[in-house]
Amino acid sequence: MDLCETCAQAKGVTNPENLSISNLMDKVEMEVDTANTSMVCESCGTTHQEFKKGGRLGCEACYHVFRPVLDPLLDGMHAGIKHLGKVPAGSESRIHFEQSMGSLKKKLQEAVEKEDFEKAAELRDQLRDLQNESKATV
Amino acid sequence: MIYRTNPRRRFNFFYMFHKILSKESGGKKQPKAIPVTLSTRIRLARNLRQFPFPGRAEVAQKRAVLSKCIDAMSGIKGLNNSISVEVDDLSELDRQILVEQHLISPELSQVEEGSGIVLTQDRSCCIMINEEDHLRIQVLRPGLDFSSVWKHADEVDSGIESAINYAYDGELGFLTACPTNLGTGMRASVMMHLPGLVMSKNMDKVINAVNQLGIAVRGLFGEGSDANGSIFQISNQQTLGESESAIIDRLNSTLESLVRQENFARDKLLQDDRTRLIDKMSRAIGSLKTCHLIQSAEAMDLLSLVRLATDFGMMPDKFRGLADRMFIEVQPGHVQLSAGEAIEPNQRDELRAELLRNQFLRAPLLDLSSHS
Repeated sequence: MDLCETCAQAKGVTNPENLSISNLMDKVEMEVDTANTSMVCESCGTTHQEFKKGGRLGCEACYHVFRPVLDPLLDGMHAGIKHLGKVPAGSESRIHFEQSMGSLKKKLQEAVEKEDFEKAAELRDQLRDLQNESKATV
Repeated sequence: MIYRTNPRRRFNFFYMFHKILSKESGGKKQPKAIPVTLSTRIRLARNLRQFPFPGRAEVAQKRAVLSKCIDAMSGIKGLNNSISVEVDDLSELDRQILVEQHLISPELSQVEEGSGIVLTQDRSCCIMINEEDHLRIQVLRPGLDFSSVWKHADEVDSGIESAINYAYDGELGFLTACPTNLGTGMRASVMMHLPGLVMSKNMDKVINAVNQLGIAVRGLFGEGSDANGSIFQISNQQTLGESESAIIDRLNSTLESLVRQENFARDKLLQDDRTRLIDKMSRAIGSLKTCHLIQSAEAMDLLSLVRLATDFGMMPDKFRGLADRMFIEVQPGHVQLSAGEAIEPNQRDELRAELLRNQFLRAPLLDLSSHS
């Protein structure tokens, strides 16, 4: 319920459940390891306390940093925790690119660890090609 | 093409801007005002990659986002002949008028620097830049019409996204400053006139019931605003875990049920408390024809009764559209717009009364022939 308190009373409306982020966070913290409460986003400087107080994140990286406290919060807030809506065309190819890069880097690391330098050189070339391809399309 | 404020042609730009805001109706073909449902809106929240969200950004970063966004919007089909303006170039009164027309949020009207709007000339689409999120794409239409509103919003959104990268995560969807908007970033809403439920004191029960379905109820100007004139904004609360069409379907079925309950409450009032209801509606018309000083809250409540009488068939149909128009024009900013200058509250009350008297001068008495 989102009418202001005075108007709600004037209209005979009351709200049994207070669904503010701060209240939801209090519930969440009881369930999540309190060691997480000192989290800070290195990218924008948003602290866990600021997020808890204002209910706003500072940048896209915050979604990774605060993920441990965010997940249970989202569970209580939304119909589900996985996006089922529109996928932006540009972002879809970007996600595909990031996933491919991540997988190639991992394989390269493994090849280096196994001292399979022939394979590593091949993977390095693939990585370079993928990067060039992405630069050409942006 | 997007027209921008140009220091050398500032006068011409603001002449055009005010002409757009003072047009009586948005488009050429306006659907007829219908009972209960006033207007439909979809808002999409989007952010750019690699820029902090506006609440965390420096002015220079906000300016960079503003300019990137406006460049990305040039040439988009759904934004033909739009104008763009920075919020700090607007007077207090202009900002208030934009809020009263539901084109910008009260929050955007308060910002200092680096925020802007892009508005189509028919006022069907208004994009807020650097409000809580980098982009708030809003499309609105009179009546109940989610399919064309979604189509327009989706088209503008895809057009912008073809030129800039959105902050998007495969699992969490569109990333927003507030996690309550995460996922689709979509808030779909309908403005509803629910005097039957208010008068029969059933709004409390209804709000509790729709809250359980993940639907929020707000006053006329959004979060925290009053429900004057028995006008409520009904919108989806949840944005993640469902597709846009599933959210709209769920909202639509709730709206259908709300319309049924409102009509039931109205019929019951007419049946159980007929004389009192007719007295109220009759006196409302009398007051609108004869008032000399009136505040906006009282005006809204009187106009609400006129709309109700029209829905009952006791007033000619055209008064429903007039009530809808006057709901906006009795707001403080619009009264000052018609005065041509900023005026004090008591002068506003006098001018508002004059505007209403002129509009309702020839309003007939209630026609009770079909309800006797």
